[in-house]
Amino acid sequence: MRKSLLALAATLLLAGSIGAASAADKLKVGFIYLGPIGDLGWTYQHDLARQALVKELGDKIETTYLENVPEGPDAERSIEQLVRAGNKLIFTTSFGYMDPTLKVAKKYPNVHFEHATGYKRNPNMSTYSARWYQGRYIQGLIAAKMSKSGVLGYIGSFPIPEVVSGINATMLAAQTINPNIKVKIIWANTWFDPGKEADAAKALIDQGADVIMQHTDSPAAMQIASERGKLAFGQDSEMIKFGPKTQLTSILDTWGSYYIERVKAELAGTWKSEDSWGGLDSHMFAMAPYTNMPDEVKKLAEDAQAAITAGKLHPFKCPIVGQDGKPVECKGGEHLDDGQILGMNFYVKGIDDKLPGK
Amino acid sequence: MELVEAIILSVLAASTPLLIAATGELVTERSGVLNLGVEGMMIVGAACGFAGAWLTGSIFIGALFGIVAGTMMSLFFALMALGLAVNQVATGLALTILGVGLSGLIGAGFVGERITPAVHLSIPGLTDIPLVGRVLFGEDAFVYFSIALLVGVWWFLYRTRAGLILRACGDNHVSAHALGYPVLRIRTLAVMFGGACAGLAGAYLPLAYTPFFIPGMTAGRGWIALALVVFSSWRPGRLVVGAYLFGAVTILQLHAQGWGVGIPSQFMSALPYLATIVVLVLLSRARSGGSTAPAALGTVFVPDR
Repeated sequence: MRKSLLALAATLLLAGSIGAASAADKLKVGFIYLGPIGDLGWTYQHDLARQALVKELGDKIETTYLENVPEGPDAERSIEQLVRAGNKLIFTTSFGYMDPTLKVAKKYPNVHFEHATGYKRNPNMSTYSARWYQGRYIQGLIAAKMSKSGVLGYIGSFPIPEVVSGINATMLAAQTINPNIKVKIIWANTWFDPGKEADAAKALIDQGADVIMQHTDSPAAMQIASERGKLAFGQDSEMIKFGPKTQLTSILDTWGSYYIERVKAELAGTWKSEDSWGGLDSHMFAMAPYTNMPDEVKKLAEDAQAAITAGKLHPFKCPIVGQDGKPVECKGGEHLDDGQILGMNFYVKGIDDKLPGK
Repeated sequence: MELVEAIILSVLAASTPLLIAATGELVTERSGVLNLGVEGMMIVGAACGFAGAWLTGSIFIGALFGIVAGTMMSLFFALMALGLAVNQVATGLALTILGVGLSGLIGAGFVGERITPAVHLSIPGLTDIPLVGRVLFGEDAFVYFSIALLVGVWWFLYRTRAGLILRACGDNHVSAHALGYPVLRIRTLAVMFGGACAGLAGAYLPLAYTPFFIPGMTAGRGWIALALVVFSSWRPGRLVVGAYLFGAVTILQLHAQGWGVGIPSQFMSALPYLATIVVLVLLSRARSGGSTAPAALGTVFVPDR
């Protein structure tokens, strides 16, 4: 009896998946998410982009997503599951999916893959990321203008180049306003732990920081800053709900236009493997409205945003001086080249802290 | 001075959920049952606690929702592990996985909502005393309750007949059964107490610590509570040392980073675990008596009738 029930269940499952496959006159597009779609941060923004995609091309495509997929061997199975379900274009939206995506891509050369924030590619696997450091530069200008104590508080996740380049961009901008500006840096050593992020924000404020910036994912730090009457920047998504009188701006991950563009290419048969590292000019990310600041500061931020978008201002314009007082080699001519930014493992002069592991 | 006070306040807030959850698990384990599902019960408590507070506007009702949710989860565990005598380790792990999923489902509609967090006590005159005022007279109700709870559990375990019977079940269920005590019923009650505490500890997070709900917000605190029970060698007195020490080192390492002490942050993040283990092991060694693990911990008991 139990066996026949199992067989029945298996048949039903099989019938279900075949049913799904035969409905695929539309292009099937799959997504792998790291967190739950309700994380209010990283995964939430990817899902907003998916929804924008459906709104734009819903009559030609069908989307599927798998959420809470851990980085590691599980990811490979989940990606393969999407392939078997007939998805022809698959977005894997976290750095840790890099090797699993590559492995599945090599196995299924007729399926196209898009991997976020990684650096390994294949003829059927593209990578995409955003130049968030541009947004950090604008935040640095605002922070230096708004800080009364001259001390900024920075909550980092892990000391990886993406986060380090964000700290440097912030400080390079802040120093143009106030050459003596200080930054206190606390590494949470996690991307997501609201309690710990709140504790880090409390520690920074207790030590005299009055503008809090974060590179971790939850709105906890924003809430603490709001409770204490300080100022803060959001991360990944709009967090003004958690600090209506606190949020200055927030770097918003806006993947929508990229997703639409890539799916259109797939539909037209012109998709090819590329490496996209888009900045403000490409709409890969955006700045939330500039709030809780005087008009003069708002104008400064908007001007900087316009200059960066137009390519007139580069956050890592040479000369860049390292903590040791020596100028950093300028491989990009006028500014550091992309490789130097992607692999950044030093602090600039003016940060009196030690980079972990250096 | 203000900084010292601020640090102590942060430490109390960070330690309280660990203390509440670990106190509940200590009672469960003292009755001989190992429930590894603390993290799962906590996160469901967090989701239901937030839901309750958001729907009614009352932190107290939110806390009750959390307690009830944790208890329901533990009843499911009791049904499997005690009623059907399924392996306790496997059931506990399954409970955590179930809890993480269930909390996401329950909380989905509440993500992004805000509530007013639990109020802090304020007694004119007393709360304003420098240094100790806010620490002693300016906390939220959860902090005071967690201490009362621990004292109550100590008194129950060591000063009451019922506590003695509960410990007997944990040390030798066959003898307790032979003496006519309803081992499974006692254990079920102990498991429910553990669930209620875990649910309350989970509810503390969105009701007082960080007043919003996000899936996965317990971030492993249930596992730390479990470890604290083991390293305190199942004694309430050491549990309170362990919980506050863990909280203290967690907060101090954040401050040390802010001060720019040149120690790698990865090591600093590991420090609370190291310090807590070392201190509690030293405490256990200093006093004779050796291992105090309940002798029947985690073993299945099926009464012969």
